[in-house]
Amino acid sequence: MTKNLNLWVIPLLPLIGAAINGLLGRRFKNAMVSAVALLFTAASFGWAAWAVWTVWPGSGIALPHIETLATWITAGTFSAPFGFYLDQLSMIMVLIVTGVGFLIHIYSVGYMAHEGGYYRFFAYLNLFMFFMLTLVLANNYLLMFVGWEGVGLASYLLIGFFFLKDSAADAGKKAFIVNRIGDFAFLIGMFLIIQHFGSLNYDAVFGKIAEGHFTPEAGWGLFTAIALCLMFGATGKSAQVPLYVWLPDAMEGPTPVSALIHAATMVTAGIYMIARSHAIFNLAPHALQIVAIIGCITTIFAATMGLAQTDIKRVLAYSTVSQLGYMFLACGVAAYSAGIFHLMTHAFFKALLFLGAGSVIHAVGGEQDMRRMGGLRKLIPWTFWVVTIATIAIAGIPPFAGFFSKDEILGAVFHSPYGGPVIWAIGVLTAGLTSFYMFRLWFMTFFGELKLGGVDVGEEAHSAHAPAQAAHGAASHSHGHADDEAHGHGGVHESPWIMLAPLVILAVLSVVGGWVGVPQFMRGHNEIEHFLAPVMESPAVAGEQPAPTVRVLDTTNAPEEKPTNEEWLLADTSVAAALIGLFFAYLFYYKRPELPERITSKMHGIYTMVLHKYYVDEGYGALLVKPLLALSTVVLWRGVDQGVIDGLVNGAGTASQGVGNELRRMQSGNIRSYAAWVAIGGAAIVGYMIWLGVTR
Amino acid sequence: MVPLSWYLILSGILFSLGVLGFLLKRNIITIFMSIELMLNAVNLTFVTFANYWHTHPAVLANGDPVIPLSGQVFVFFVMVVAAAEAAVGLAIIISVYRTRETLNVDRVNLLKL
Repeated sequence: MTKNLNLWVIPLLPLIGAAINGLLGRRFKNAMVSAVALLFTAASFGWAAWAVWTVWPGSGIALPHIETLATWITAGTFSAPFGFYLDQLSMIMVLIVTGVGFLIHIYSVGYMAHEGGYYRFFAYLNLFMFFMLTLVLANNYLLMFVGWEGVGLASYLLIGFFFLKDSAADAGKKAFIVNRIGDFAFLIGMFLIIQHFGSLNYDAVFGKIAEGHFTPEAGWGLFTAIALCLMFGATGKSAQVPLYVWLPDAMEGPTPVSALIHAATMVTAGIYMIARSHAIFNLAPHALQIVAIIGCITTIFAATMGLAQTDIKRVLAYSTVSQLGYMFLACGVAAYSAGIFHLMTHAFFKALLFLGAGSVIHAVGGEQDMRRMGGLRKLIPWTFWVVTIATIAIAGIPPFAGFFSKDEILGAVFHSPYGGPVIWAIGVLTAGLTSFYMFRLWFMTFFGELKLGGVDVGEEAHSAHAPAQAAHGAASHSHGHADDEAHGHGGVHESPWIMLAPLVILAVLSVVGGWVGVPQFMRGHNEIEHFLAPVMESPAVAGEQPAPTVRVLDTTNAPEEKPTNEEWLLADTSVAAALIGLFFAYLFYYKRPELPERITSKMHGIYTMVLHKYYVDEGYGALLVKPLLALSTVVLWRGVDQGVIDGLVNGAGTASQGVGNELRRMQSGNIRSYAAWVAIGGAAIVGYMIWLGVTR
Repeated sequence: MVPLSWYLILSGILFSLGVLGFLLKRNIITIFMSIELMLNAVNLTFVTFANYWHTHPAVLANGDPVIPLSGQVFVFFVMVVAAAEAAVGLAIIISVYRTRETLNVDRVNLLKL
């Protein structure tokens, strides 16, 4: 049974909203702008929910449900359609994107109320929704790439939303450029796919793989190459080592943007892409191993960097990088459904954390430095409670959402041939660190005493902010002042209901979101894994393939066969790690706040290194940016552009001027010399004719 | 009968004298006379060939006969044009003399950079 769901409507609705607000919004009142933005986003969510409901497994409609609207590009035998693809994976993604997106739209109405460029903000936000939905609904890699690039554009526009601030404009550029590096690899991967499959359509590519055209001897090197290219593309969008550097800087954007784009949806595009391409990755064991290692490095690396940050949004940014590392790790051990599960729960609690942080920042008048906060528990109780829920969720304490998804990943890592106990141990350590820095944030923000404006100069100097961060701090003050004026009072205040409502909804989701994935050994049914199983059980597996493939896919089924004791042990270990993290955070930042000071002064070298984020930015600056800049300046600009290109243009001008200068000497005004020229010319012609006659 | 080449040599000598006079003389009137000399050297060539083809009938490559009279007709055309040119030229000379009070071409050199 097939049914036309008009899937194209889902991305189109936000685009209409973006067009209306973008083109006409300048003349609208704020209420009108928000009405348009919310209406189209809600309609998109509604349509998506209806479509998902219609094709829900058991409805009799075959999945994946593919709708082709029109042919987009035809060149020779290659063609790419405007086509949409709805299966279990894109169902989850489309619901997350429209659902969380809609909540964040609501929140933004309150958060952005006093900012300039209100219509611009909502136009960009809707534009982002359009591209993100294109990305997750596309039925071929090329259309996915359109969405992929489009969300990059929207991200750039929104990071640089306060474009008068240099640091924001720079952060936007940085995000765009770093992403381009990954996109380049993605493109190469697509070219390889076109070359060897003749199509970019998912069904065609995966179908060919399923038919078993490729034997280990003939095709696997190719798969490794494609998988590595796609993976490198994903490291750009999903902020993995080595391309993660743009994400912390992206916090220059307004907080709802950080929540929507740089935590919940866009940065998960890389994970989605890998999960979507799992058929390719499953045939490339080496690529999977590298994905796992990159995920593992990223997760621990970012977690340690999060330890020393004092800007509330930057802590969350590094936390996002770290959690994305978990998802990468899950993909690397071929536990794609665990990765998508974590993507989903992470979307809930990280969006909640960012929005909660936005609410805190809003409450304290634009301050982002956690050292100036404290004691906000009583002042903004709603925010306090929702952030508490999110913190417990991300720390991985049951029964909140983060526990189940993280446990799922760690369990898969432990049993996978690409993971193993070492990577598992790093994952558990990261879980402990995550818990530590999240509760550090929680204690610093909500407990102790309010220290607004009270950070002494010594500490400021001691912490030796990176220049970008210092500029950021200054700018956020100005934001705060604007806010104060608008409100007419400067005291700490709870956010309006329009900001709290989405927080509460997300908080509920952060609690219950994990329950769809309660593993079997806890008497759950792990619905999400069964739900995703038809997608993730790549047809390529089936018996014809030689052993290694089967081994790869075993991991998804492995937990069911293992003794439950081991499962319990693994789960208990990660919970223990989370509780230890909680304990240390309690000790350092609540019980004995002087301890961190003493420890950091003892381990000054390491602390400074962590504070400066391992000097990665500086290292990239010295190793890549400076040489590239020098090359561009000396060779490309002065050499090629000024030397060759300008040289050619100017040279043509100078040459004609010079020739003219010489030729004008013939114009002497002396009639007899003119006559002589005529005579010489005549003589030359006569001479030529004589020569013709003689030689004939 | 005088050979054809003698006429042509005479015509060449006259033409060269005209060229030399044109290049070397500074007086506009003399230059003008040199032009007439060159024109008439050409006229002499026309007449010579007209006579030659009259006494030695020939056909062109496409089979048409050479018409000897055309050379003589050309001479008349040249004379008419030369007369017209003399009228215009002399008028210019008079005008130049009136404005510059000289007939030396080396001093009539305003038309330059």
